[in-house]
Amino acid sequence: MHEMALAQGMLEIVEATARREGAARVTQVRLEIGALSHVATDALRFCFDAVTRGSLAEGAELAIDDVPGEAWCMPCGGNVPLARLGDACPRCGGYQLAVTGGGDMRVKDIAIV
Amino acid sequence: MCTTCGCGGHEATIDGATAFRHADPHAVAIGAVHAHAAKHAHGASDERIVAVERDLLAKNDAIAALNRRTLEQRGVFALNLVSSPGSGKTTLLVRTIEAWGARSPVAVIEGDQQTSFDADRIRATGAPAVQVNTGKGCHLDAAMVSRALAQLDLAPRSLLFVENVGNLVCPAAFDLGEAHKVVILSVTEGEDKPLKYPDMFRAADLMVLNKVDLAPYVSFDRARAIEMARRVRPGLEVIELSATTGAGMDAWLAWLDAGLRRASSQLPAAVVATAQAG
Repeated sequence: MHEMALAQGMLEIVEATARREGAARVTQVRLEIGALSHVATDALRFCFDAVTRGSLAEGAELAIDDVPGEAWCMPCGGNVPLARLGDACPRCGGYQLAVTGGGDMRVKDIAIV
Repeated sequence: MCTTCGCGGHEATIDGATAFRHADPHAVAIGAVHAHAAKHAHGASDERIVAVERDLLAKNDAIAALNRRTLEQRGVFALNLVSSPGSGKTTLLVRTIEAWGARSPVAVIEGDQQTSFDADRIRATGAPAVQVNTGKGCHLDAAMVSRALAQLDLAPRSLLFVENVGNLVCPAAFDLGEAHKVVILSVTEGEDKPLKYPDMFRAADLMVLNKVDLAPYVSFDRARAIEMARRVRPGLEVIELSATTGAGMDAWLAWLDAGLRRASSQLPAAVVATAQAG
C-alpha cells in the first residue's frame, strides 16, 4: 500500500503550492497518472480522502488524467502504444521495448480559492 | 504515518528505536515549483488554476539524489536488494560477506516491518548492520536510508547492501540512492513472477536466480523465467546461483567486484590512501 506514501507526497506538494499562492483552500487537485507508473488509481483515490482530511485540500475534488503507455520499439524503429509492462509490441510482437510515455505520476495543477 | 514526508512516521524505527526527528533529509525543499497562476476559465469567479507539474515522488527522489552523491563521493558501491519474502536475500548476504573476505569493507542496511533478526544474522559475520523497522510500512524510502547512513559512517570503497522489505510491489517505486536494484527470484517461487510483478523486474539491473540447487525438485522453468524477466526489462543481466551450496557464487562476486571498481575509480587518490592507511 505504497499509495499512502504517494498520497502524502502529493499533499505536501499541493499544500506548499497553495500556501505560496496565499490560497484559503484547494478545490481541485489534478493528477496525471501514467498507465505504466507505480500506482493503482483506486487505491490513490481512497488515500486522497484520508490524507487531505484537516488540510487545505480537505473536500477537494480529485481529477485524474490517465496518460496512456507508450514505448520505443527497437525493431520497428518507432513509438508504439503499450497497455501494460510485459505486453508485446502491437506491430512486430517483439519485446525490445523501452518505455517512453505513461511512466510518470505527477501533480499537474491545482484549483484554489 | 509521518505527515511531513509520508515515511512511516512513528511506526518506523532504526535498530528498534524511534529515530524520526525530521532532521536533515526533510529539509529538502519541495519548493522551486515553477507555478504559473492563471485565471480559471470556468467555476467560481475567485477560483484559479495553478500549474504545479511535480512528480509525486519528488521529495523521495531529492533525498535519494543526496544519498547517491554521498555514496559516490566515498566510492561506495550500493545495491538495493528486492524480492518476495523468503527468496533467500539474507542468506545470500551472509554467504556473500563470508566469501568477500577482506576485499573491501562491507555494510548492510536491513529493512523489515519488525524484529532485528536479519541485522543480527549480518552482525554475526562481523559486518556492521543497521536494522530499519518500518512498522506498518511496506517499503524503505530514501529518508530512512539517509538516517541509516548517518549511523553507519561508511569507509571509502565499501560495499553497501540495502536489503529492502520483502515485497515485490512497493519498493519498486522508491529510489534509495543505490547504484542498482538487484531483484532476487528463487526457483521455489513461480517462474511467471516477472510478468505478475513487472514494475520490480523493470526497475532492476540484475536478477539473481537463487536456490538453483533445488531446481531438480521443483517444476520451475529457468529459461522461461529469464525470458519473462527480459520481456519487461530487455537486456536484464541474470546470475544463477545457490547461496546454500555456493554454486554460481563466483559470478556474483565478480559482478560485485567490477561494480566496486567502477564506483571507486572516481575517488580522489587522497581518499583512497586514507582508506588504505586506516
